Amino acid sequence: MDGFLGIVGLSVGVSLAATAIAAAVSLPLGSALAIFSFRGRRLLVVLVNAFFGLPPVVVGLILYLALSRSGPLGFLGWLFTPTAMVVAQAILAIPIMTALVHRAGERAWARYGDELICDGASRVQAIPQVLRIIRAELLTAILAGFGRTISEVGAVILVGGNIRGLTRTMTTTIALQTSQGELSLALALGAVLVGISISISATVFALAGSARTAGSDEA
Amino acid sequence: MTRIRSVLALSAILAAIHSTPAATQSIVLASTTSVESSGLLAKILPQFTAKSGITVQVVAQGTGKALDTARRGDADILLIHDPEAEQQFMNEGHGGTRRQIAWNDFVIVGPSADPAHVRGSNDSVAALKAIASAKAPFVSRGDNSGTHATELRLWKIAGQTPGMPAREEWYRDIGGGMGQALNAASAMNAYTLTDRGTWLSFNNKGSLVIAVEGDPRLINRYDVIELNPQKHGDAKLAPAKVFADWLVSPEGQRAIGAYRVNGERLFNPSADVPK
Repeated sequence: MDGFLGIVGLSVGVSLAATAIAAAVSLPLGSALAIFSFRGRRLLVVLVNAFFGLPPVVVGLILYLALSRSGPLGFLGWLFTPTAMVVAQAILAIPIMTALVHRAGERAWARYGDELICDGASRVQAIPQVLRIIRAELLTAILAGFGRTISEVGAVILVGGNIRGLTRTMTTTIALQTSQGELSLALALGAVLVGISISISATVFALAGSARTAGSDEA
Repeated sequence: MTRIRSVLALSAILAAIHSTPAATQSIVLASTTSVESSGLLAKILPQFTAKSGITVQVVAQGTGKALDTARRGDADILLIHDPEAEQQFMNEGHGGTRRQIAWNDFVIVGPSADPAHVRGSNDSVAALKAIASAKAPFVSRGDNSGTHATELRLWKIAGQTPGMPAREEWYRDIGGGMGQALNAASAMNAYTLTDRGTWLSFNNKGSLVIAVEGDPRLINRYDVIELNPQKHGDAKLAPAKVFADWLVSPEGQRAIGAYRVNGERLFNPSADVPK
């Protein structure tokens, strides 16, 4: 299994990048949905929650058509590159993370909203405050996003093309090895994938836990 | 501050996943699952890259999908095995030069118990008729690939409408690649049509054995197709031509012929064999 570290590195790198992009969208979006009231907010919340279960293979297909050289975004030249995989995974992670941030933010806003406004903060200024209050839930949201991206195969195999040494991730390698009848190798890599995703989640959770403890000590 | 740090971290990650060993040029080769999963490309591509400095990125799909990828302009060159579909691609004006680079053959594999009593035959059409009348399980690729097209042609010669067996319980259309079809056949003790290359390198045979081989109708030819510059000016045609030329060159042909699994040759070089 040559290039094993490369495969693991690509999987983790693509998923981290996708999660980071998704977080940059979801944190502000989710808390804004909790704080602001505007026409169509209800609909937006329903949509975000509906996209929770977005089928990856459909996201992959639509992105494939869009990024194809004959498609509207073909000029970017992203099809069959890691960038396309990052985009696909970010699209999949955004609804989950936004919905989780929104739910936590809604509770925090119901409880502390009046106080925050009394303190003279505008609703825009309240966004970081709310995010600070729900930081534990943010971690859950980020881990949920990362979990969705690292374990995903349907979208990345379509837009990445499973190119050896370029867009072959752990999940697409498992799919390939299974198709070659290399079941034991596929299973071994599956165990590695499970191990890696569990340890990353556990590490992040533990680090954040100790950061929280340290934070409250300072306070 | 944290924001700056996370932006830096993100750009570092993005840079890292992009820092694939930077060869001067790279082309996208749309190829078939059989060429990829037989291990041929993994063996010969490094030799080509070492010589030319051109990296070949392989997207392995069924022949139908590979042709479609090229039609859309998402591949720079094709390596596939379905003469009829290839001819149509050429007629549509997408193809430039088309050259045969290798051949092997298809075989019908099936459970060693051989419920349709076809083992040892070299008549693929009679064997399909026997499988149909015994209602023995048969796995079809069902994915519009070169192997699938060959299977449908054989059913047609056998007097079965290609769509018709699909309604019957014994005919199992799995809609997957060659390896998936072999996995399915192995799990269901079914017959299936496979290219010899994938069969030889496949590692989950279970009770499957070769049932039918040696029928001239089972010849499987692999062609490399360069794209028509008039339709695909955006494709990297120059390095693609270097690759195609290498495949038919004595050196490329030697590399193809030298690839063996368990001592058996999977692909016969054939640049100048009768088509």
